[in-house]
Amino acid sequence: MNLLQLSWKNLINKPLTMLLSLLLFALGVGLISLVFILEKQLDQQFEKNMQGIDMVIGAKGSPLQLVLSSIFHLDAPTGNINIGEARAFLRPEHPLIKRAIPLAIGDSYSGYRIIGTTRAIIEHYEASPAEGKLWENPMEVTVGANVAERLGLRPGDQFRSTHGLDDNEDLVHEDAAAFLVAGILAPTGAVIDQLILTSPASVWEVHGHEEAGNTGEEAASGEEGHDHDAGETHDQEHSPALQRPLYEMTEQDITAILIQFKHRNARTLNMPRMINENTPLMAANPSYEISKLFEQLGRGERILRILGIVIVIVSSFSIFISLYNSLKDRRYELAIMRTLGASPWRLFFLILFEGVILAALGYLLGILLSHGGIEIGARIADDAYQYPFTGRTFLTEEVWLFVGALAIGVIAALIPAFEARNTDIHRTLAEG
Amino acid sequence: MLQTADLEYSYDQKTTLAFPDIECRKGEHWLLLGQSGSGKTTLLHLLGGLLSPRGGSVRVADTDVTRLSAHALDQFRGRNIGIIFQQSHFVRALTVEENLALAQQLAGLPIDERRIRELLEHLNVLHKLKSKPRDLSVGEQQRVAIARALINRPAIILADEPTSALDDINCEEVIHLIEREANEEGATLLVVTHDNRLKERFDNQILLT
Repeated sequence: MNLLQLSWKNLINKPLTMLLSLLLFALGVGLISLVFILEKQLDQQFEKNMQGIDMVIGAKGSPLQLVLSSIFHLDAPTGNINIGEARAFLRPEHPLIKRAIPLAIGDSYSGYRIIGTTRAIIEHYEASPAEGKLWENPMEVTVGANVAERLGLRPGDQFRSTHGLDDNEDLVHEDAAAFLVAGILAPTGAVIDQLILTSPASVWEVHGHEEAGNTGEEAASGEEGHDHDAGETHDQEHSPALQRPLYEMTEQDITAILIQFKHRNARTLNMPRMINENTPLMAANPSYEISKLFEQLGRGERILRILGIVIVIVSSFSIFISLYNSLKDRRYELAIMRTLGASPWRLFFLILFEGVILAALGYLLGILLSHGGIEIGARIADDAYQYPFTGRTFLTEEVWLFVGALAIGVIAALIPAFEARNTDIHRTLAEG
Repeated sequence: MLQTADLEYSYDQKTTLAFPDIECRKGEHWLLLGQSGSGKTTLLHLLGGLLSPRGGSVRVADTDVTRLSAHALDQFRGRNIGIIFQQSHFVRALTVEENLALAQQLAGLPIDERRIRELLEHLNVLHKLKSKPRDLSVGEQQRVAIARALINRPAIILADEPTSALDDINCEEVIHLIEREANEEGATLLVVTHDNRLKERFDNQILLT
């Protein structure tokens, strides 16, 4: 039996006295690690999805909302824009723009957004069909990997979309044609995995049909204020011909355009300001908006991290006090060990290891809490917040957290350990 | 085997306790009698190397323990001196078996399972091998304490009031066991006590005043 085992046996001999310290320690470590993981994964996801998108054009409103809704598909869109007004940005011959991805947002299926767009989005996210093919005709969709997995969609399946972005049975487009799943995309790890892609024409068709058939009913049910986000086709009875390029359908609406520039230079730098000042459109710089958002989030993260550190410090006091108390209880025991030949330093390490073991256990429990919590939380929240978080990856920061935890265990046990080292055998035994 | 000369100890700078010289030969049994406060326990701790004297020497098996370094003294004590206390205290987290193994380990010796079992069997407590100390009766605890003092085959056994907490029957039994085991191991035994019940049993006595 080595010293570590002896420390361990001493700890489990009276498990309850140490439980509070252990739980406190785990809570603090868990909180710190939780913030690390969330920060890291959020950062990675934002970074990954934002990559290559230099500018977002949409309806006037909050630039952050525009960025969140059109790149990350998190918030509601700011409104719609008319293709006629935005046609310059959609033309392939634009001298500064390498790629423009139009987005018609407004409908969903089981909480997943149906996006009317072009093949540009596939190229941008370097996606490819794992099964079936990409959408070609109106009402054909290609489904992101996560959506397909979650909803169990297969090529050939049909479904009806829901108006709006929430899963609401009352708003299903009953009279419109059903969508046909043409293919499933391979997983990319980007936001496209969470989307259902189709042509803008499909979105217009669903709403065109709806407008024609249901106008009276909608008015009667008091849904006047209800805003169709895309596809507000007032003068269209039939779906527009697909053969025409998008920028020529000047009478139609879309929600936003994601822009990638050919090169970044002074002209592209000024472009958002020009658009905002001279057109009814709004342009936003995603990295600027997101870094502003992260600055805000950073404050919250700091507070949570400080809270975690405070809890760990309190728990280290708790470890200190429980070790100190158990020492009083075991004075005689320690003196006996000295008479049996144990050196003072052996007793020192005996107590020190108890602190270290507690800290290591608390760390493990805390990591289990944070990772398990994220894993469970991610599963529960997956439908509401469509970014997959995972508790199954570990960070280098957590290795440092372990080193820090051990150091705190050592510090908490230091004074009791010295006390044990300095056990006065004679006095202790004489007092009996 | 156990020999002291001009042994002195002072609690503080003013009062100094002087002890009579002791000489116990190998295998002898000695009784050290004295009233409470006469410095019995202090003397025992000096003999066991648990306390450093102010002056004089303590020789155990030809080693002057007062001259050993702290580390060497710890080792020496573990291997050569077995101590039995009035109240037996054990490492509470460990079983009887583990407590005895710990005594071997702390003395820097390998664990000898057979020795542990034999000794416990000899002392009639083998059935408590896997028990925690708190599950033992007082008599059983004292037997295990004897086993622990003997486990490393020490040259001398020091017993500090081994019987004063016991009733007559247990007292008789425990002192008998200590004597028997000391005889079998050929160890020198020194019992420190104020228990008059033991007076009759020992030919060699030292009176501390």
